Amino acid sequence: MEFIIFICLLTTGYFFGSWAEKKHYKSIVEREQLYLYLPTTSSKKPLGKLAPVKESKLVTGSVVVSVDYFKRVLAGLRSFFGGNIASYETLVDRARREAILRMKESCPSATQLINLRIETSSIAKGAKQQIGSVEVLAYGTAIYCHKTKG
Amino acid sequence: MFITNTEEIHGKNITICKGVVSGSTVRAKHAGRDIMASIKNIFGGELAGYTELLSESRDEAMSRMKQQAKQMGANAIVNVRFSTSSVAAGAAEIYVYGTAVVVE
Repeated sequence: MEFIIFICLLTTGYFFGSWAEKKHYKSIVEREQLYLYLPTTSSKKPLGKLAPVKESKLVTGSVVVSVDYFKRVLAGLRSFFGGNIASYETLVDRARREAILRMKESCPSATQLINLRIETSSIAKGAKQQIGSVEVLAYGTAIYCHKTKG
Repeated sequence: MFITNTEEIHGKNITICKGVVSGSTVRAKHAGRDIMASIKNIFGGELAGYTELLSESRDEAMSRMKQQAKQMGANAIVNVRFSTSSVAAGAAEIYVYGTAVVVE
């Protein structure tokens, strides 16, 4: 009986998980294309020649993404043998890109985003049932320039 | 209130430094949300309840920091940093700190 439940969880996890991941990646790529006009940098000063800065403010974006059951089992097996855990690599990649996108979406009219910092937090850590999820908080400073290019 | 995470505010001059201000919060969601999150965990994908929790606690910490800066008579906070820790399971702990300054 327990084995049947385990197989059911594994298959639902596999199908829904890979479907959700594909959908998520597609939307991330689409939106990244859309926000190409808003460059983000982790340097402290704005890059390139810009007009005088009119305003600057703090912007943030956050997301919590979890991995599906199938991949968690796979990761468990993998950590026994050692090596790259690819299922978690895509998870953190998705989470970081999504957080940066949400940050960009909160300030669509900015000229540049500077001093980007990414912080990973842990909400579910230490829970009895270990939840394979990642919580990412991205923050930076959005700068708005005067219209005329200098 | 101007808030940035750069060392200066571009386009403005810092005249007086008031000192470090900080705000922190530990927030948790009700058990229903936790159960929903563990169900969602089978399928994978975004845990919307926890995303909400994270942004709520961020806002709470920020407003506490702003309150403190206001009391000090500052009108801007520069060099803001977020930091996270884990005190309890199912709770988000966010600590935000920065330097309160006066700009003109």
